[in-house]
Amino acid sequence: MGMTIAEAILARASGRAAVSPGDFVVVNVDTVVMLDTSFFKTLRKEVLKVHAPENVAVIYDHVVPAPDQAAAEAHHYGREFVKKFGIKRFHDVGPDQGISHAVVADKGYALPGTVLVCSDSHTCASGAFNTAARGIGYPDMIYALTTGKTWFQVGETVRYDLVGKLRPGVSAKDVFLHIANRFGEHAGQNIEYGGPGMSTLSMNARRTMAAMGAELSAEFVTFEPDELLINYMRERTDRSFVPVVASPDAKYRARHTIDLDQLEPLVALPDTVINNSRPISEVEGEKIDQAFIGSCANGTLDDLSEAARVVAGKHVAPGVRFLITPSSQAVLQAAAKAGYLQTLIAAGAVVTPATCGACYGGHMGVLGPNETCITASTRNFKGRMGDNTARIFMASPATVAASAIAGKIIHPGALQ
Amino acid sequence: MIRGKVWTFGDNINTDLMVPSEVTYASPEAQARAVFQANRPGWVNEVQRGDVLIGGRNFGMGSSRPAARSLKNVGLSCMLAESLNGLFFRNAVNFGFVAMECPGIHELFAEGQVAQVDIDNWLVTNEQTGTSLPITPIPVELRSLMMEGGVFSLLEKLGLIEPGKAKAKQ
Ligand code: SF4
Repeated sequence: MGMTIAEAILARASGRAAVSPGDFVVVNVDTVVMLDTSFFKTLRKEVLKVHAPENVAVIYDHVVPAPDQAAAEAHHYGREFVKKFGIKRFHDVGPDQGISHAVVADKGYALPGTVLVCSDSHTCASGAFNTAARGIGYPDMIYALTTGKTWFQVGETVRYDLVGKLRPGVSAKDVFLHIANRFGEHAGQNIEYGGPGMSTLSMNARRTMAAMGAELSAEFVTFEPDELLINYMRERTDRSFVPVVASPDAKYRARHTIDLDQLEPLVALPDTVINNSRPISEVEGEKIDQAFIGSCANGTLDDLSEAARVVAGKHVAPGVRFLITPSSQAVLQAAAKAGYLQTLIAAGAVVTPATCGACYGGHMGVLGPNETCITASTRNFKGRMGDNTARIFMASPATVAASAIAGKIIHPGALQ
Repeated sequence: MIRGKVWTFGDNINTDLMVPSEVTYASPEAQARAVFQANRPGWVNEVQRGDVLIGGRNFGMGSSRPAARSLKNVGLSCMLAESLNGLFFRNAVNFGFVAMECPGIHELFAEGQVAQVDIDNWLVTNEQTGTSLPITPIPVELRSLMMEGGVFSLLEKLGLIEPGKAKAKQ
């Protein structure tokens, strides 16, 4: 019987000829990604053995640069840890650092057709690379780190066939907001993206959509392999890989066609993205205190370029804080070189170093009581970015940038 | 057999509500005191040891924060939901918190009623109404991990992590 991409990767990793929904499988893990969060005193265990140090990456991202002593202690502990176990893929604060999913992308750590786990829920971002990538908890991560294995319960797959091409001003984030609104959550299910329209989406755009799969509670989010992907990987890694395609007779729980031409910019109302997006016209005029562009989903060079295009020659509205966090120091550097930073800063934006910071209400952009924020990041849960009474709207980088200029939520095309 | 008073929660309850940002790196005890402070302030003082949580669809959506550990630490004996987020479920298995799926469960209970949960036979019964529903069985490998305190004790036995201090909370 035919298999979907996720099923085929899990079959390969578990040494079986085939798997199907409902199966419980133990798989070999190809890549384990650890974060600075893994080393906090309140959570960490003393690891005595690492299964395959060459398959481990340690990336500092949530609490960088260390804003307090607990983070500094965790970072210190982690530095000793990588030395002790001879882990070479270490991304400490510095030019090689960034949000883990962005670094994994840029360094080519997520190989097509393989299994990658990381103790962060947006690990599915690497599904853009045809990887069965899953966010797991700290205990699972330690299990994979020390044994080289983990388990999965194979879920059913929902297939989205992309056709057409996005119109200018409409982005991958809008595709996600459309899917979340129309099709809701996918708990226990895999999401598979493919179809002729996929080739019009950049690797960054695919990564945005894959990362946001966590917000649908998907198990795995996988894109079909294509030439763009293969070239992207070839530029980044010497390791060999075999991409996986779905068989023609693969069985899907459901199959939907998304016509990219038909999509418009959307905004999710506060607290959830599930069945909660609206056309911008319905929330237009909503006054904002903060506008944020960043996170593993929307801190790419494409996103900064789009923000710069929208705000060029304009100025952020008085009383609005416009914060931008590139997803990696490499993106920050590229944005500087391309002139985007100059444009953004001249318009009144505050650009931070690469960090998870504001995205999870950690530091550098935490919201106060009753504030309103429009964000191009991953989550708009109540209390996510700070005070419980703050309201968080979610939209694309273009919509967020336009709103920062207007001082209120506005359609990116409506900016004068 | 588990027997406990029921607390009901709705759909899409996320882990940021269980482990708010401000306690992300705090001690397990401090994290447990902050559970549901945004959506149900004061609940942690009302919940009693042995109570049962009943959730809606997609319970535990969101981040990898050890939310299941906090639900265990506030004293819940187990939880049942229409459906569970996969990452939340993984943490439940690994921290030894019994979390199960049971389609239809939300209709079966009103808050304050008493649930009888029979894990050996995968059956939950409302003590007041006498009605029952089947629980979706958990693979046997995971069930033993979940019931025997989670993955850390296994890793300790395998000599892969250092044994924890006697009775310290995970
Ligand atoms: S940027 Fe936000 S969503 Fe992405 S890994 Fe960091 S905290 Fe998680």
